[in-house]
Amino acid sequence: MDGFTRTMERRAALPLEAREHLVVIGNGMAGCRAVEELLARDAGRYRVTIFGAEPHVNYNRIMLSPVLAGEKTFDQIVINDRAWYDDNSIELIVSDPVEAIDRAEKTVTARSGRVVGYDRLLIATGSDPVIIPVPGHTLDGVISFRDMTDVDRMVAAADAGGDAVVIGGGLLGLEAAHGLTLRGMKVTVIHLMPTLMERQLDEAAGWLLRSALEGRGQTIVTGGDTAEIVGETRVEGVRLKDGRLIPASLVVMAVGIRPNVRLAREAGLAVGRGIHVDDHMATSDPAVLAVGECVEHEGQVYGLVAPLWDMCRALADGLTGRHTGYRGSVTSTRLKVSGIDVFSAGDFSGGEGAQDIVLRDASRGVYKRVVVREDRIVGAVLYGDTGDGGWYFDLMRKAEDISAVRDMLIFGQAFALGGGAGDPNAAVAALSDDAEICGCNGVSKGRVVTAITEGAATLDAVRSGCKASASCGSCTGLVESLLAVTLGDDYGGERAVRTMCKCTSFGHDDVRREILAQAMRSIPEVMQRLHWSTPDGCSTCRPALNYYLLCALPGEYDDDQQSRFVNERMHANIQKDGTYSVVPRMWGGVTSPRELRAIADVVEKYDAPLVKVTGGQRLDIFGIRKADLPAVWADLNAAGMVSGHAYGKSLRTVKTCVGSDWCRFGTQDSTGLGIQTERMTWGSWMPHKFKIAVSGCPRNCAEATIKDFGVICVDSGYELHVGGNGGIKVRVTDLLCKVATEAEALHYCAAFIQLYREEARYLERTAPWIERVGLETIRARIVDDAGGRDALAARFHHSQRFSQDDPWAARANGAESEQHRPLSLTEPA
Amino acid sequence: MAAGRWIDVGRVEDIPRRGARTVVIPGGDEIAVFRAGDDAVFALINRCPHKGGPLSQGIVHGHSVACPLHNWNIALATGEAQGPDSGCTPTVEVRITDGRILIAAAATLIEMV
Ligand code: SRM
Ligand SMILES: Cc1cc2nc3c(=O)[nH]c(=O)nc-3n(C[C@H](O)[C@H](O)[C@H](O)COP(=O)(O)OP(=O)(O)OC[C@H]3O[C@@H](n4cnc5c(N)ncnc54)[C@H](O)[C@@H]3O)c2cc1C
Ligand code: SF4
Ligand code: FES
Repeated sequence: MDGFTRTMERRAALPLEAREHLVVIGNGMAGCRAVEELLARDAGRYRVTIFGAEPHVNYNRIMLSPVLAGEKTFDQIVINDRAWYDDNSIELIVSDPVEAIDRAEKTVTARSGRVVGYDRLLIATGSDPVIIPVPGHTLDGVISFRDMTDVDRMVAAADAGGDAVVIGGGLLGLEAAHGLTLRGMKVTVIHLMPTLMERQLDEAAGWLLRSALEGRGQTIVTGGDTAEIVGETRVEGVRLKDGRLIPASLVVMAVGIRPNVRLAREAGLAVGRGIHVDDHMATSDPAVLAVGECVEHEGQVYGLVAPLWDMCRALADGLTGRHTGYRGSVTSTRLKVSGIDVFSAGDFSGGEGAQDIVLRDASRGVYKRVVVREDRIVGAVLYGDTGDGGWYFDLMRKAEDISAVRDMLIFGQAFALGGGAGDPNAAVAALSDDAEICGCNGVSKGRVVTAITEGAATLDAVRSGCKASASCGSCTGLVESLLAVTLGDDYGGERAVRTMCKCTSFGHDDVRREILAQAMRSIPEVMQRLHWSTPDGCSTCRPALNYYLLCALPGEYDDDQQSRFVNERMHANIQKDGTYSVVPRMWGGVTSPRELRAIADVVEKYDAPLVKVTGGQRLDIFGIRKADLPAVWADLNAAGMVSGHAYGKSLRTVKTCVGSDWCRFGTQDSTGLGIQTERMTWGSWMPHKFKIAVSGCPRNCAEATIKDFGVICVDSGYELHVGGNGGIKVRVTDLLCKVATEAEALHYCAAFIQLYREEARYLERTAPWIERVGLETIRARIVDDAGGRDALAARFHHSQRFSQDDPWAARANGAESEQHRPLSLTEPA
Repeated sequence: MAAGRWIDVGRVEDIPRRGARTVVIPGGDEIAVFRAGDDAVFALINRCPHKGGPLSQGIVHGHSVACPLHNWNIALATGEAQGPDSGCTPTVEVRITDGRILIAAAATLIEMV
């Protein structure tokens, strides 16, 4: 034992009693590492005493997760066993926490009453888990995840069986949940934020992680705020603020850590969030040092081990007379859940001048994002394939210029530094003919090249010719390289189908087809599966995706408010001066004294500068301030009025004329049919706005022949007209067909709307849609195919079950009140 | 940090991801505080360089916001209009401490209440 003999020699130099006495508080990772570093530099210089609150020798805390998961035993995670303390003449005092420091006397006093004097004191007390003080947090069965005792309690609880709730979906919480799942418990993770591990992961990686954990049987509740922990003496469950009760016999709180600074503060040392230390880990008292999670250096506190190693080196250098100094640490994180690879480093929020390089491979479940600023890597998030995490981290720490390998960077070290570096086309040209290009459809390079030489000169032609790049799109770049290599100058790079936007290589119809085929539910899922080239899309694709998801899986998809245009978020029309206009629904244009009175009251009460009859047969109140909207809605709701959706890509108005009840020419009850139609269709979201009108005779006072769906009543029934537009480019409707009864008119209306909802592209009104697909196609689907018509109408009614609740009512009752309130100002503490 | 130079406007979580909230400055310009999808926080005067649209109400994507009035794209970090449009909205310095958002109280902007 080389180190040992060296230690013996040096110790011989100075008798133990004559050495300076170093007392260490905390037998954890930093405390013992500091002593190891010190021994390695000068083993004979200090006499060392270590106090530990725990009953154990020094063990590797980060490996508690594998112990919980049953992959390791405690013995396997011990870093320094008893022999190490003995061999180095270190006095270890376990299960006896230090309770006070007397800096004047230079002594510490432990719980047992033992008093020990020091020349140098090292505080390495780590952190305490944060316990949120909700009612019930002291119940039996509520624990944290910090030390071996916690692991023993979790293992015991798992042996007894039952359900567990883990509060906190960060690194620690997810590792706890993983271990408990492997030990047979049914685990629910409650996380306050919308994304798991949000401090380390962006939304895309967070979504992948969530899907993987759900696939392993865990229930993940994001946006979950704990109200209380219920139970008599033992925990029985957790109640969320939204009222949900989740049964549990074990609750693990893993919501964060707080530096353990009590001793230092009571001893009068300078303390902020952590114990203040300088570059040599000295506190405000030069005789007292501190390392680990309990310290604050240059305003930073750390919760990972890598910084401890750096700190301990600087500390030991300082104690042995070499003043190298600690300069802060850059950290990276990996999640220790077997089979799930997650890596995150640096700052992926980018900031000014930052650019994202994104690679997604849906078939392998891979997402990689490297953030580059001024040719330096500043952050990285990797999911599924984290092999290059170390390389990126290294480039980042050394701030190396990556411009030479930039094009290849995202493919990893082997690719970027090997083979056809610099030119993606050369790399593709070098592939063998049987190399697989498209994993989804199993298409080789040879087949793609054949398709191209046989005439497929564009990406879309290749897609339809040999199916390469036609499914997930991840090989689009490869196919385009092959086009370039094969056609040379003849390849213009054009695509026949316009892509949705610059974030994707797919057009609207392809995206919708894939959403349905793969039953996708959220925007991050679509972006991952379809290889979006940006981390979170743009203002063109996000609203479209939100609509496509809504249409495909009503009631099941996750609506993303932030992907909606302001009007749909505020449920009112924004005005040029930033105020809003409010239009309550007036069914079929018919109103009543009560409604009129309520509107008049609102106009006066909120000082609205204008109230006006709209071209849509209802009243518009202008100039309402954002902050007043909920109150205005409450007043209108009280008179029975709901949102008129004058702001939405949705059903707007159903205009009517007075019809047979009053008019001398009227043939049918056009007002009544209009009202029925509006009751059936209100609240529905559409690719664009949608207007309906019902006129009582061909004089057409309701202007039904310039509406998206228009009804002209005649003696023998109802003419149904579609595809009209009175807007920028006036288009007169086409006659779809004639029906005999009101019920049929309503049924055809529902079927037509659903066909439009499902097949028109986002922001395409019925008029251009019909011009694009042809009236005959629509007639074939709605008029000739009775079964198809019924199915369309049924899908429309199903989706209406989820959209016919007044969005104003919820806001009037206080929902999302923060949208209407500014932030408040305070002086920082 | 001299007292009063920074003003605490709340927690990062008080702003929806890819959203914004406003700060009303007594006697001054309204400020829009944005939280991007990756949790980066930015602050700008809540006024589009085009025709004064309230940027806080736009769709936030990456580190840009699309103005709700005529869809100009404004870079959150610099306040500059992107693409074919030109113009610039003043930015406000922000820093995050302990998950709290502090905005610079430049004397011309904010006389602290
Ligand atoms: C309030 C109203 C004008 C009025 O005072 O009468 C109105 C106001 C606006 N119309 Fe309109 N339209 C109004 C009836 C119409 C009509 C008449 C009708 O519906 O019978 C038309 C022609 C019919 C049609 O749509 O085919 C009409 C064609 C448009 C268009 C052009 C649409 C097109 O496809 O070409 C736009 C622009 C757009 O949607 O992109 C538009 C857009 C707008 C917007 C929403 C502009 C905007 O995007 O901010 C205006 C909102 C003003 C505000 O600040 O609230 N408005 N607009 C009418 C509200 C009706 C209602 O009760 O909901
Ligand atoms: C389950 C788990 C998994 C983790 N995984 C990772 C990971 O994958 N990667 C990573 O980088 N980090 C991880 N960490 C964090 C890492 O363990 C810590 O950063 C590291 O342990 C901090 O070291 P420390 O010495 O400052 O504190 P600790 O290791 O906590 O040591 C402090 C010691 O001081 C003792 N003590 C406190 N007060 C007194 C007192 N008054 N008297 C005597 N003794 C006292 C404590 O009992 C404790 O033993 C994980 C942590 C946990 C709990
Ligand atoms: S034109 Fe209009 S108002 Fe006149 S009879 Fe026909 S439906 Fe009635
Ligand atoms: S005011 Fe912002 S784009 Fe016109």
